[in-house]
Amino acid sequence: MIGHASKSLKVVGFAAGVLAGALLATPAMAQAWQPTKAVTFVIPAGTGGGADQMARFVQGVVTKHNLMNQPMVVINKAGGAGAEGFLDMKASPRDPHKIIITLSNLFTTPLATGSPFNWKDLTPVAMLALDQFVLWVNAEAPYKTAAEYINAVKAGNDRQFKMGGTGSKQEDQIITAALERLTGGKKFTYVPFAGGGAVAVQLVGKHVDSTVNNPLEAVAQWRAGALRPLCIFDTQRSTYKDKVTTDMAWSDIPTCKESGVNTDYQMLRGVFTTQGVTPAQVNYYVELFKKVMATPDWKDFMEKGAFNQTFMTGDQYKNWVAANETLHRDLMKEAGFLATN
Amino acid sequence: MNGFYVVFSPFNFMLMVVGILLGVIIGVLPGLGGANGVAILLPLTFSMSPTSAIIMLSCIYWGALFGGAITSILFNIPGEPWSVATTFDGHPMAQKGKADEALTGAFTSSFVGAIVAVIMITFLAPLVAKFALKFGPAEFFAVQFLTFASFIGMGKGSAFKTLASMSLGFALASVGLDTVTGQLRMTFGITELLTGFKFLTAVIGLFGIGEILASMESGLAFSGAHAKLRLNAVLETWKKMPAYYVTFIRSCIVGCWMGVTPGGATPASFMSYGLAKRFSKNGDRFGKGELEGVIAPETAAHAAGTSALLPMLTLGIPGSPTAAVLLGGLLIWGLQPGPLLFIEQPDFVWGLIASMYLGNLVGLVIVLTCVPLFAAILRVPFSIIAPIIMVICAVGAYTINNAMFDVWMMVGFGVIAYAFNKLSYPLPPFVLALVLGDMAESSFRQAMLLSQGSVTIFWSNGLVGFIMTLGLVLLLWPMISWVLDKVRAPKPA
Repeated sequence: MIGHASKSLKVVGFAAGVLAGALLATPAMAQAWQPTKAVTFVIPAGTGGGADQMARFVQGVVTKHNLMNQPMVVINKAGGAGAEGFLDMKASPRDPHKIIITLSNLFTTPLATGSPFNWKDLTPVAMLALDQFVLWVNAEAPYKTAAEYINAVKAGNDRQFKMGGTGSKQEDQIITAALERLTGGKKFTYVPFAGGGAVAVQLVGKHVDSTVNNPLEAVAQWRAGALRPLCIFDTQRSTYKDKVTTDMAWSDIPTCKESGVNTDYQMLRGVFTTQGVTPAQVNYYVELFKKVMATPDWKDFMEKGAFNQTFMTGDQYKNWVAANETLHRDLMKEAGFLATN
Repeated sequence: MNGFYVVFSPFNFMLMVVGILLGVIIGVLPGLGGANGVAILLPLTFSMSPTSAIIMLSCIYWGALFGGAITSILFNIPGEPWSVATTFDGHPMAQKGKADEALTGAFTSSFVGAIVAVIMITFLAPLVAKFALKFGPAEFFAVQFLTFASFIGMGKGSAFKTLASMSLGFALASVGLDTVTGQLRMTFGITELLTGFKFLTAVIGLFGIGEILASMESGLAFSGAHAKLRLNAVLETWKKMPAYYVTFIRSCIVGCWMGVTPGGATPASFMSYGLAKRFSKNGDRFGKGELEGVIAPETAAHAAGTSALLPMLTLGIPGSPTAAVLLGGLLIWGLQPGPLLFIEQPDFVWGLIASMYLGNLVGLVIVLTCVPLFAAILRVPFSIIAPIIMVICAVGAYTINNAMFDVWMMVGFGVIAYAFNKLSYPLPPFVLALVLGDMAESSFRQAMLLSQGSVTIFWSNGLVGFIMTLGLVLLLWPMISWVLDKVRAPKPA
């Protein structure tokens, strides 16, 4: 056993020297539990989306740097806006070999569809990052700032402006509803599409007037000069200062608040496991994700998607999730998105 | 052409052959689709250079496109959704003892479709990418409408039975989450129904199990048993194929178009089959084992499958589920798909394009060599092969989502197929509605949201108006030709 453990430590250390510090800081006792079979990483969303990309990326990093003694298997359970994946987790309590990556549908799906699950049916492991939202318009549109665009919506006819987004009664439409508080009673026509990439292309093709795509979903079109970011839905600007286009970095996008559009919203990219697992088992995953996050690959990935790098575990994470659930309930109640039953 | 130089390194060439072989196996096994196969193997490629990785993964994709046809023709079990239309004529050909001819036809037309699509990608990529941008919800619906319209009249029996069959397909397609309102529909609180009726489960049951039930009834006689082994079958079939050049051209256009927009390989194969049946001299013999009925869907499916990579590379939108997984791979390798990829990563892009040419050529040689081998499988007695097929089907259905529920569903669909068969209701419209119903409904409702309820959006510009009108003409063609006949009839001959 001891020989095996030191061998795997050696491999890890060899594969990623940068991890040495993290490993030294980890007391050997914390590694008391190890998976005894393959770990299933559930994605409550379809292939190709943001959660899918992140989970598959984690799997890739784990494999490349040999961070686990057992394989990690990624599986998509996207049915019913993610309910399929969450109900699957709920149905297997005390199974430490199952983890799930979450997006806002952890809150929105039960609220909007009445699917019988709640984050309390899961055990929080760690917040990996917060995903940002940016208000985008076509580069040929006349609006240079968020305020100009919102004023145009105000001055236009009701439902004249079309907002494209991913899914229905989920994060994109919630942000749209939040924006409608500032448009003097004028509504957007919200058009739901199946995936974020498709939404960005609909905006490039001028089939909609604006979107609230995640950075990763729209960055390619932005760099090609087809889209223009108006503001980022965060309380402060992005910290990434490297130029993305010829003249702009993520940090050059003003926050919506400083553009006079007082709205912010971020999406959880976090990991949960099943209910009733032991603290040692949770700790194993916390340490695993710390190792993943220490790799240069992860840092590149974060920068590419302009993620807000906030890492949380334990009670801090739990409290954040609880507060975020309340926020979603309030926002969705106000917008009239709650399930009727 | 620096790209060919990249591909010709022995290591990359080896990856190509391995990829094709894996892909063929993945394509043969129903349920384990190209998307799953690529997703499973994706992590293995992280230690390779992006170019080597994409060569191997895209070769798996080509292999799966080829392989899907094999079981469709031999056992009436589509290995992949885009092979469903291949069963319509491919399997009857196998039953007549012409399995080798059908396989050769399928492989060769796959190759032709792919090569045409690659040529288009090579020379017209920027232009085609712009065309794809013109497609909003209204245009998507118009294309889907055209697919349905080109398929009306498929049924050999009454038009009402076709309609009933299609409506049942639409009903099943609407189960699950409604993307437009975000509400669950007709799931009755059953967790397994949250995903709706999965197309692959349905297809494995309807075609695979249904076929076995039918064969069992007809006295365990597997009608392909008298398959002759002809070693020159490939050359014989090639001699016949040039006569169908019109079908080839039409199917390539349909395929490239559907791949780019992105409609996907499955609708492309159905639409191409429907159009071929409508316009062929032998249209009324379709479904009984016409080589042309194999050529049309296979050419279109492969053309669409190949050109689906174009919107992925240039726009970052995947044209097929497999392309979606590859897209994730690109990001992990540190490449940003999008309009700038061609400029910033020319080695990667041209390496990929070169591997499309070579991969398909290598794939064609591999699968053609195996034609006699595949055809010989049919000589195994039915009583031995049937249980094996049952097991493969069950494993396939289980693999889709690792759920036993899907296996029972597959059996249920097998019984439905048997009932359809006995009551002479046609299956193709049912399958078509099941695969396209969901997308068509979303597109229609998105278009209605955009136009605030006015159907004039379907004639709001030349492109959508043209497709819609074409669809209506095809839909009403039986009536139009009837009227034309009436007008002509009174004239003395």
